[in-house]
Amino acid sequence: MVTVGVLSLQGAFREHVSVLRSLGAQTRKVTRPEHLEGLDSIVLPGGESSAMVRIAANVGLFPVLSQRIRDGLPTFGTCAGLILLAERLTDETLDGYGRLGGLGITVARNAYGSQRESFVAPLTVTGLDGDFHGTFIRAPQIVDAGDAEVLASHAGLPVLVRSGNVWGGSFHPELGPDTRIHELFLQTVGVTV
Amino acid sequence: MTEAQTLLNTGLAQMLKGGVIMDVVTPEQAKIAEASGASAVMALERVPADIRAQGGVARMSDPDLIDSIINSVSIPVMAKARIGHFVEAQILETLGVDYIDESEVLSPADYVNHIDKSVFKVPFVCGATNLGEALRRITEGASMIRSKGEAGTGDVSEAMRHLRTINGEIRALGAKSEDELYVAAKEIAAPYHLVKQVASLGRLPVVTFVAGGIATPADAAMMMQLGADGVFVGSGIFKSGNPEARAKAIVEATTHYDDPEAVAKASRGLGDAMVGINVADLPAPHRLAERGW
Repeated sequence: MVTVGVLSLQGAFREHVSVLRSLGAQTRKVTRPEHLEGLDSIVLPGGESSAMVRIAANVGLFPVLSQRIRDGLPTFGTCAGLILLAERLTDETLDGYGRLGGLGITVARNAYGSQRESFVAPLTVTGLDGDFHGTFIRAPQIVDAGDAEVLASHAGLPVLVRSGNVWGGSFHPELGPDTRIHELFLQTVGVTV
Repeated sequence: MTEAQTLLNTGLAQMLKGGVIMDVVTPEQAKIAEASGASAVMALERVPADIRAQGGVARMSDPDLIDSIINSVSIPVMAKARIGHFVEAQILETLGVDYIDESEVLSPADYVNHIDKSVFKVPFVCGATNLGEALRRITEGASMIRSKGEAGTGDVSEAMRHLRTINGEIRALGAKSEDELYVAAKEIAAPYHLVKQVASLGRLPVVTFVAGGIATPADAAMMMQLGADGVFVGSGIFKSGNPEARAKAIVEATTHYDDPEAVAKASRGLGDAMVGINVADLPAPHRLAERGW
């Protein structure tokens, strides 16, 4: 049995927890550095990245987690989680707050627009048979995938990328009944459920 | 509403969970809220405490004000429409707000019908005082529910009563046999399929926040311990002595709600809380929670 942490500062952590449990993993909510001990993997959920970086700063969580990711901890960030993992952002709104890094990509926050522009789109994902319906909610845009491998694109832009042990998506695979992206992540990063 | 639209509408509410949504009346306040870690802001002209003090008809805010707040922050922006005022809701949708609050804090525009929220692309949050009311709002298309509480008082007792009522009614449904759920649906005046869903889930099918009277980190943490998904703070922040410190402290207490040491730490050095009004001293016609049905 493996234990997957889910960053639970704010946002859609409950949905990731229920998908991971349905796949047979044990889960642990992570809000403080001590919660990282013994984790086999971690998922960074969607939510508001500007809220997450500020809450994290108060407990000194990100320096420790960032080191664990660099040391090889399998990590999957979705939406706000993707923003935390991106090495570069196009705007300055989160400047001065620690993030995690780990994905050599450039991300534009909220670039797909406000809630009115949120959408669901079929995605062709490397490693999956048949489309995956991606839910994009005030989604961040990957404007440059850098050295990361692109696993899925939408309208000419990458939406799911991978760089070694670190995965990032601009949509929400935790919403809806399809659990295949979580399965793929857990398999290819070598975590056997 | 299509399946995809429902997923998008309820999905944004999932993203707000564990967070604090703060009432703001200027772009400067919106920036303070964002810098304090708010997960969204509610753009309005007057906070409930001022609506209460000044009286008169309270309506949707000026579109220019809402625009200026949308342009000042990167987090989601909500705005309020009057109960039943579907044209105010259409305007808010056009302005590009991320969520519409069909709110009892404003003067109702229709004393019979609520807005048909299912025809909008922008999601709605609505207040509720009990389970039947929450499920009627969900039937009309609400994607998120909040307790009504008694806005603008700084008195948490009504929010408490509403959350406990809703939770208690959900637990009672869970104890009923399947054939008793038909009558239960009739008794709370809510559709059977939602009553059945609530009985099996053990919670509402949408994200549930609390609102109305939250003024301290301890208030927020108490609501989270009682099972709320997050909190709205209206007058409690910008009517207090040190809004910036209080906003940060309430965010802190909402995240670490089950850690009394963290909540104690967050409660220090905040200056004066909003003065407030005891709900028991409010004459019944001045109680906002009784608006909506």
